[in-house]
Amino acid sequence: MLASISRRGILAIYAVIIIVPITVVLFGSFKSTQELFEGPFSLPQSLAPDNFAEVIGGQDLGSSFLNSVIVTGISVPITLFVASLAGYAVARLRGFASWAIFGFLVLGMAIPAQANMVPLYVLFGRMGLLDNLTGLIVANIVSTLPIAVFILGGFMRTLPKELYEACSIDGTGPWRTYVSIALPLSAPSIAAAAIFLFVIHWNELLYPLLFIQSPGNRTLPLALLSFQGEFQTNYPLLFAGVILASLPVVVAYVFLQRYFVAGITAGASKG
Amino acid sequence: MSTHTGMAAKRKAPENTIEAASKKRRSPTRVNPALYLFPLPAVAIIAFFLVMPTLQAFQYAVTDWNGFSAAFNYVGVDNFVRAFTKDSLFTNALTNNLKFVLLVVIAQTVFSLLLALLLTKNSRGNVVLRALFFFPTILSSVSVAFIWKFIYDPNFGLANSALGAIGLEGLQGSYLGNNSQALYWVAVTQVWFHAGQMMVVYIAGLQSIPRELYEAAEMDGANKWQQFKSITWPFVAPATSIVVAYTTVQSFKAFDLILGIAGNPPKGSLDILSTRIYSTFANSEFGYAAAQSIIFMGMIALVTWLQRRLLRLTPKGE
Repeated sequence: MLASISRRGILAIYAVIIIVPITVVLFGSFKSTQELFEGPFSLPQSLAPDNFAEVIGGQDLGSSFLNSVIVTGISVPITLFVASLAGYAVARLRGFASWAIFGFLVLGMAIPAQANMVPLYVLFGRMGLLDNLTGLIVANIVSTLPIAVFILGGFMRTLPKELYEACSIDGTGPWRTYVSIALPLSAPSIAAAAIFLFVIHWNELLYPLLFIQSPGNRTLPLALLSFQGEFQTNYPLLFAGVILASLPVVVAYVFLQRYFVAGITAGASKG
Repeated sequence: MSTHTGMAAKRKAPENTIEAASKKRRSPTRVNPALYLFPLPAVAIIAFFLVMPTLQAFQYAVTDWNGFSAAFNYVGVDNFVRAFTKDSLFTNALTNNLKFVLLVVIAQTVFSLLLALLLTKNSRGNVVLRALFFFPTILSSVSVAFIWKFIYDPNFGLANSALGAIGLEGLQGSYLGNNSQALYWVAVTQVWFHAGQMMVVYIAGLQSIPRELYEAAEMDGANKWQQFKSITWPFVAPATSIVVAYTTVQSFKAFDLILGIAGNPPKGSLDILSTRIYSTFANSEFGYAAAQSIIFMGMIALVTWLQRRLLRLTPKGE
């Protein structure tokens, strides 16, 4: 009895600690600074999207949003494609070759992005990848390829080898087997990896901060970070930016929740 | 079928028999050489953009290169000596980071296990609460930072207004503004950010424990704490090792959250290794920043290794 009350108490308090700040941010994005400070918990007096108009138009968050869509829209599919090719080979090759390729690719997970920012910056400088979206796409692919190979390769290895072998007896080439057997059967793990990559790439801050100079090339997290200095305590404006930056991920979460939990947890259980 | 074609081959060209037959027998297990082409793009990308730059970091770390001029000097281990003995900014960031990692790892592991224990059953209400507790994980660090900047705002913030509303003005504080506490408040934010994610890892571990074990323990008169100690904790050891390792790396890299909540560059009381490396880099001290990066990588490896030793969390058997 007592245990059940304290159980409910803990859960209820933590639920409040998550719901209240998020509601305050949502309501606050429609308020003026004064309205927010006087009653942070109250409903907004009007739903006029003034703050959104200001951040999208005035602060050009609209073009940052577009940049984020372009970068994520290209980097996620390429990472998935390259990783699934490697994962497929790892699943079909045998012995040392399979082990060595998987080990080499997955080892990259041990290198934190912050640890090689200096040489990567120098390399990108030489390749003309600084201050443009291509550089951000390349950086996203590089930084998440190891974990994508880990998730996809790990899954494809669990598919029965007989499936692949049946195809090779029939004379079907490895490419056809990849397209018509490996990919469709791996759909659940590809979906989970896609979600995982989407969240990471969409929220990526380090690389834009390192590489991007021109305001026109900023992605959302970097544009949002630049608000930090400009609008120290203009919270309604910050909140409108937070809502805008989070919207695509939140919408996806509502509809694809199962894959989110699977993907982000697969990413976490890499250890 | 294979014997049939083998026999056909024998009749036509006897000298090829052995070769033909062995080819046929081996063919299902033989690896198509074209398969070696499939991992090539991934291997090339990792070698060129990840392995090579990481090796170069070691090369830069023994120079005083500023990143732009062609001329630079080899300085040996001077950069490393400087980091540990002459640079109070670096040792401050190192201390902060270790403190932060320790706080977050302990708090997040305990709290996510508690949540998982309370939500293990797949009831309707539990599924809804899990989804809610997981939610912060999908937000960007900068968004989370802004939300908590407002919570902690000393004048208009949620924390102080909530305390005021329930008559606890005495507990109001300046949170991030208080240099001796700031790091703790960011640790709270970090736990709020990722506890739900680790809770999911724990729930998977808890659900794999056979119910009969608890029933048997109950019959033997074991109380809840004894059950936890001798059944739950050993059974979730693999989950704990995942949670501890992941939380460690995550809190070493809390770069985005710190910059979002404390500004760029962060003040001394909130400076951690990754933000320090970035500041050194932004200050055009490329050689020195590379040396700091290497220390950073070494620290992560060292702490991860220590945890494995101390906690003996390597899953046994299974």
